[in-house]
Amino acid sequence: MATGTETTTRARLRWGLLDVLVVVFALVPVLWIASLSFKTPATITDGNFIPQEWTLDNYRTIFDTDQFVRALINSIGIALIATLIAVVLGAMAAYAISRLDFPGKGLLVGVSLLIAMFPQVSLVSPLFEIERQLGLFDTWPGLILPYITFALPLAIYTLSAFFKQIPWDLEKAAKMDGATQGQAFRRVIAPLAAPGLFTTAILVFIFCWNDFLFAISLTSTERSRTVPAALSFFTGASQFEDPTGAICAAAVVITVPIILFVLFFQRRIVSGLTSGAVKG
Amino acid sequence: MSINATPTGADTAVEETERHATVPAQRGSRRKAPLSENKKAERKLGWLLCAPAALVMVAVTAYPIIYSVWLSLQRFDLRFPDERQFIGLENYVTVLTNEFWWTAFGVTMLITVVTVAVELVLGMGLAIIMHRTLVGRGLVRTSALIPYGIVTVVAAFSWRYAWTPGTGYLADLFSDGAPLTERASSLAIIMLAEIWKTTPFMALLLMAGLALVPEDLLKAASTDGATAWQKFTKVMLPVMKPAILVALLFRTLDAFRVFDNIFVLTAGGNETSSVSMLAYNNLIRGLNLGIGSTMSVLIFITVAIIAFVFVKLFGTAAPGSDDGERR
Repeated sequence: MATGTETTTRARLRWGLLDVLVVVFALVPVLWIASLSFKTPATITDGNFIPQEWTLDNYRTIFDTDQFVRALINSIGIALIATLIAVVLGAMAAYAISRLDFPGKGLLVGVSLLIAMFPQVSLVSPLFEIERQLGLFDTWPGLILPYITFALPLAIYTLSAFFKQIPWDLEKAAKMDGATQGQAFRRVIAPLAAPGLFTTAILVFIFCWNDFLFAISLTSTERSRTVPAALSFFTGASQFEDPTGAICAAAVVITVPIILFVLFFQRRIVSGLTSGAVKG
Repeated sequence: MSINATPTGADTAVEETERHATVPAQRGSRRKAPLSENKKAERKLGWLLCAPAALVMVAVTAYPIIYSVWLSLQRFDLRFPDERQFIGLENYVTVLTNEFWWTAFGVTMLITVVTVAVELVLGMGLAIIMHRTLVGRGLVRTSALIPYGIVTVVAAFSWRYAWTPGTGYLADLFSDGAPLTERASSLAIIMLAEIWKTTPFMALLLMAGLALVPEDLLKAASTDGATAWQKFTKVMLPVMKPAILVALLFRTLDAFRVFDNIFVLTAGGNETSSVSMLAYNNLIRGLNLGIGSTMSVLIFITVAIIAFVFVKLFGTAAPGSDDGERR
């Protein structure tokens, strides 16, 4: 765009400044809650952005309580199971959508689109009642089911976008070279599809990990309450003198996986979200 | 999420020929000719593969929403289960003549309109930065993904403590009182939290559209002496229109569901409840399934109307409208 070294340097500087702006905007709230989690009870209300005295006590406190540890196990277990099932079901449907010709395909795509736009709160009342009757209320499956449902559209779209980019002719070529159907799938198609599946799994996991509305409506005890829901019960609980430090430490703990995903798989996440968005 | 963005301008011709070339080959089976064994098997496999996903989606959404309509026609308070009876549309009258409902509706609309408008502008800026920056592209994209990925409740707590007098770094900076105890400032903070969290998502959807803008077209515009603003409005925006509409639709419907931030920031105090918050309170706190379900149904209808208006207003550019054709 720019010609000559001087303008290039200036352009780079301008972009650099904009970059810094974005980074600060994105990171300040995260750094703030991390900072609070390292503050001592005496300094937590001093309003300083950087802790004056550092401590790990808040982390020790939460990992010593059943309330948080149970919630963390619930969060991890529920999100992993829901992700696994959603990706498997999504992959089956996406394969059919991108590879096969059958009536009703458009309908399926339309239904998933509708569900992607569905107001989740509309399901809270009926699911609350239905799950109570079925004995699913306050259980892992009681949360896993709605998570799968709302993750499926995301999984189907992202995966069909990925599947459409796979050179499927390679499968035929492998078979012509004497590979069996199974071998062709294992050796040729699976390695090509793996990145797409992995990316989709990350997006779905983030979605399940994030949910609050279902988590707080369809659970009532530590049995299945996930961390986001449990966090709001730390507030004013007699267990902690001042819950601020504990809440922040717990918040940081459940942010760590997100930060790791973003750091290591930025490219994948971006391509997953953008390819699902436009190419469909 | 899915739209077959048909680029206007230079690309269209190419796209069209490609489509015509490939479609008949795939579509052959639709002809009236008797289905070959192969085609029958393909159909069966297609249905078989889609069945589990379709079944789960329908079972967990369609059935409950119908059940919800049924519940909304009853007096059904879990604290007084004996008084359960069919009362027709009485619950709807109760809700629709209730000022709390309309206050919450107004709040939800305000939050939706303001946040989506601000996010469109900021998201466009962020998309351009992420797409075109000459330095640190990876860094910018990675940072932008953090608000997208972070748990909303976590971010909400961060904002809440930031605005708590004494504890927070923002509270003392901007106000003398406690901003989260006054209506106007609470709403502003809720919107700030929403915008921070979801602008990156908007930006990513817009960036997908930005990637469709042909580089040659921009160069040609530059050669013809177009200013940066002209390039943006005359070249980029028209090509990006489908992506913008998808982003707007998704964010609008998502914004209308606002719940997490309000729950943590104000718990709906000082008339800052959204409709989702109100429905939740009636259900879980009030244990009134009848009224809660009525609100659920009303929210569902509102969302359907918004989606319908989008599709009507923007016609073929809206998502879904083209899906059946090409798949």
